[in-house]
Amino acid sequence: MAKKKSSLINMVFTLFVITLVASAALGYIYELTKDPISQMKQNKKLQAIKIVVPEFNNNPSADMYKIPTYEGTDSLECYPAKKDGELVGTAVKTYTKNGFGGLVWLMVGFKTDGTINDISVLEQNETPGLGTKMTTAKFKNQFNNKNPEQYKLSVKKDGGDVDAITAATISSRAFCDAVNRAHKSFKNKGGDK
Amino acid sequence: MNQWKNFIKGFIKENPVFVLLLGMCPTLGVTSSAINGLGMGLATTFVLVMSNIVIALIKGFIPDKVRIPSFIVVIASFVTIVQMVLQAYLPALYAQLGLFIPLIVVNCIILGRAEAFASKNGVWPSLIDGLGMGLGFAFALTILGSVREMLGAGAIFNYKFIPANSDGILLFILAPGAFIVLGYLIAIINKIKKEA
Repeated sequence: MAKKKSSLINMVFTLFVITLVASAALGYIYELTKDPISQMKQNKKLQAIKIVVPEFNNNPSADMYKIPTYEGTDSLECYPAKKDGELVGTAVKTYTKNGFGGLVWLMVGFKTDGTINDISVLEQNETPGLGTKMTTAKFKNQFNNKNPEQYKLSVKKDGGDVDAITAATISSRAFCDAVNRAHKSFKNKGGDK
Repeated sequence: MNQWKNFIKGFIKENPVFVLLLGMCPTLGVTSSAINGLGMGLATTFVLVMSNIVIALIKGFIPDKVRIPSFIVVIASFVTIVQMVLQAYLPALYAQLGLFIPLIVVNCIILGRAEAFASKNGVWPSLIDGLGMGLGFAFALTILGSVREMLGAGAIFNYKFIPANSDGILLFILAPGAFIVLGYLIAIINKIKKEA
């Protein structure tokens, strides 16, 4: 096939038409998938909240409020869980920058007395087979029903009470850091009231 | 060229991973399990088929000097479509593949086929070429993922065949395992090719 001659006019025109058609198509698909995507994200968050706090019947996403972190540089999202109007627990979305593979996001559920109810890992990029064990019950369940006031949130190597994951001390420390951030920030703001 | 031959060449004779050694970044990056390899392979197949069709259709209108930018725009559009659709309807797979989906844009298999095949052939052969190459890529990634998952996690397609509380050989889940398995698979494919 003979190659088409290039001139300034036809090059500009061709690129213009191609990008115009491409962006129109993308805009259409974006509109089409926008709702399912945000629905999916909401569901994922709601699932995590359901895991970490006692049974509730309100909509925690609607009651969401933000608290500053204890360092005061950022803010965390809090999702209060209420049963028949009474507060039964709060899920705090927290993070750590100390992960082995970037940010780790956790959802930590506190009961009204300040003890940890359960923890769910939202996002992590730790080393497969090592740091990823932070998502297993064996590691994260040791935090359940502990009050961080008495329970030291650091690994045993650092003088704390947490059993680290074998060969993944950095990930374990990061996990503790995230839980600690949730606890301290939540307490600073006045606990559960 | 016979269309069947055109289709089948992507599997063994000109397999993008084992023979042409194209697209190594997703190949090594995502194949830590069979399902990831298959998902990535199918996403790439879709982009490859669609971009081959469109490029074969519009090649007559594109001035020679701007053909590469035009191809990239077409490819990038389809990749973005795949990304949005996966995010909306298959969020679990999307979370696993993550960054590698947008990186399909720079996968050299796709631009390579656009430049080497679709810009010289008609729509129908281009479609077959895209399908063959894409499925060949998916096939290679699935095999690589399966071997790594079997050795590294003692499982296949998330179905564990070793006792639940024991681990596989961790090395094969990590990046070096990808290189080792790929090396052996290439050797096996070379042997098959020689005998055929």
